[in-house]
Amino acid sequence: MTSLVVNAPFVAVAALACVGLYIMVTQRDLIKIVMGVTILESAVNLFLVSLGYRNEGAAPGFTHASGTHMVLPVPQALTLTSIVIGVATTALMLTLVILIYRHTGETDAEKSRRVKG
Amino acid sequence: MDALTTHAPILAIAVPLAAAFLTPLVGRLGAKVRNVFVVAILLFVEFLVFTVVRQVLTAGIQVYTLGATAAGLAIPESHIVPVRIILEVDGLGAFLGIIAATVALSGAVYSLSAMRGESGQDRFYTLLLLLTASMLGIQYTGDLFNLFVFLEILSISGAALAAFRTRFVDAVEGGFKYVIVSTVSALLVLLSIGIFYGQYNLLNIAAVSDAMRYTLLDKIALALLIGALLTKSGAVPSHWWVPDTYTPAPAGTSPIIYASSLTCLGAALRIVFSLYGVKMTVSAVGWLVIVAGLLSMFIGVTMALRQTDIKRLMTYHVISQEGYMLLGFGVGLAVLGDPQAVAAYGREAIAGGLFHVLNNAFFKGLLLLTGEALFFALGTRDLDRMGGMGRTMKWTCAFFIIGALAISGIPPMNGFASKLMIYETSYQLNPMLAIVALIVSIMTLASFTKVFQAAFTGPGLPEYRDVKPVPLSMKVGMGVLAAGTLFFSLFPQLVLDTIVYPATDALLNQTMYIGVIMGGS
Repeated sequence: MTSLVVNAPFVAVAALACVGLYIMVTQRDLIKIVMGVTILESAVNLFLVSLGYRNEGAAPGFTHASGTHMVLPVPQALTLTSIVIGVATTALMLTLVILIYRHTGETDAEKSRRVKG
Repeated sequence: MDALTTHAPILAIAVPLAAAFLTPLVGRLGAKVRNVFVVAILLFVEFLVFTVVRQVLTAGIQVYTLGATAAGLAIPESHIVPVRIILEVDGLGAFLGIIAATVALSGAVYSLSAMRGESGQDRFYTLLLLLTASMLGIQYTGDLFNLFVFLEILSISGAALAAFRTRFVDAVEGGFKYVIVSTVSALLVLLSIGIFYGQYNLLNIAAVSDAMRYTLLDKIALALLIGALLTKSGAVPSHWWVPDTYTPAPAGTSPIIYASSLTCLGAALRIVFSLYGVKMTVSAVGWLVIVAGLLSMFIGVTMALRQTDIKRLMTYHVISQEGYMLLGFGVGLAVLGDPQAVAAYGREAIAGGLFHVLNNAFFKGLLLLTGEALFFALGTRDLDRMGGMGRTMKWTCAFFIIGALAISGIPPMNGFASKLMIYETSYQLNPMLAIVALIVSIMTLASFTKVFQAAFTGPGLPEYRDVKPVPLSMKVGMGVLAAGTLFFSLFPQLVLDTIVYPATDALLNQTMYIGVIMGGS
């Protein structure tokens, strides 16, 4: 297996993380900022899952596996927790966006921002 | 009683967590019953926290393994590394636990009358208890992934609390900023946890620390962790969310959100001292922290001078005071590799920083509460539209004076004691540091003199003739923090010897932190 294939998930992680951070920094629409955060979150989740992958490994907990080694279960548990938490934060962020929209009729950060330094 | 002592660390987290979700149910029985329930739970948590403190001081670091046959059994038989979730409470965790529990208690008592008339109070107290549980969780945990989970609970409950008064658009925007900042920081923390797990297959802080080789990946993780946690604690250059989030936060919660920021600072200390310790290039990291501290100090106070919104002004001082703490920790960190310098002034610098954390949690919390009391009574936070409130709001005025004197570092207040420790020690590293710190202190005094004059002195304004003093529960809430401030002012040495130095030594003694879990060494 070439090193490119082995590292492909990590390249994807880096790309996703960059896209997420780029969106957050450059976009002004609050919904898009939320999307940026979610993309960053997917990057981190993908990173965790790829870490635990072992080549030709069996699913953890599969008793009649033919191979001798299995994919690491802990990163999968971590990812599951992280996804659940992600749902909660995304819900909260979107709630706040809707509240801002109700107040101002805008989801553009520049136009709706009342508070200035 | 023995069982209670053994299980106190986990109970201090589990009790407020369970109570948070019971609160809406209890709320069905009536507002009075719910209020009594919330206060009783927080008093019990306070009791548990002090039980933990006593255990840590008398018996050393407390280890609590979840799901093990014995609470202290960190590594199961036939294993060489810890596999279970472990709570590890050392001097630092116990010390910050006191802050979290006490501030949460006074904030909740303050809110009892300050929140009267708001809708959804059951949910307000649910969030408040969740925030308390997450702060204690962060401080007590010995597990990196747990740290992340509690950090997320802290973010969600903190943001929801900051945005609680959804009828104010600035509150919602403050909450939104906070949730974005927190989520991104938490994701960076998770990313670095992934980096550790990928290298060492471990999640326990002590075990990772033991295995730490300080590779390039570890350096990246260190940068991510420090960046994320300092952002959450509101240091320059990522301080911009602090004023927007704190200013509109509802009554009684701003001190608790502040305590949660200090908790993140505590987590940063845990990472820097216990996880990395002398294995990293301490002087570079130390100077980085010092520079962040100086910038926070100076930018915070200069921005505060030009504010006219009373709470916004105080939140810029949050940033500025954070700078003092970072200066203290940075000085300690910069000389960590040199035992002589640590003994000469490094230990004292860290102790000064920690003492300043404790003092700030009390007097800064108190000031934020007095600002909110003025808003409660007058309906405005604008200093230009206040005046003469010293006559009608005597208690608030007195509490404000205590807080303002303390934050400006006027002897004999506690703010003076901790700042003096930071001046003296930073002077030994580089005299310029102490000079900047002194100038900032003078500017702080100037800024609070302005608030005092604008809000409390002068003739009473006709439109505020009918203003009544704040209700009793708000006075009690402020009183708890004021009493703490006065106590620390009168007996600084006692406080230092009892809780601050043990916390400092816990930070300095990395071998002990690892040894308790991994055995030997």
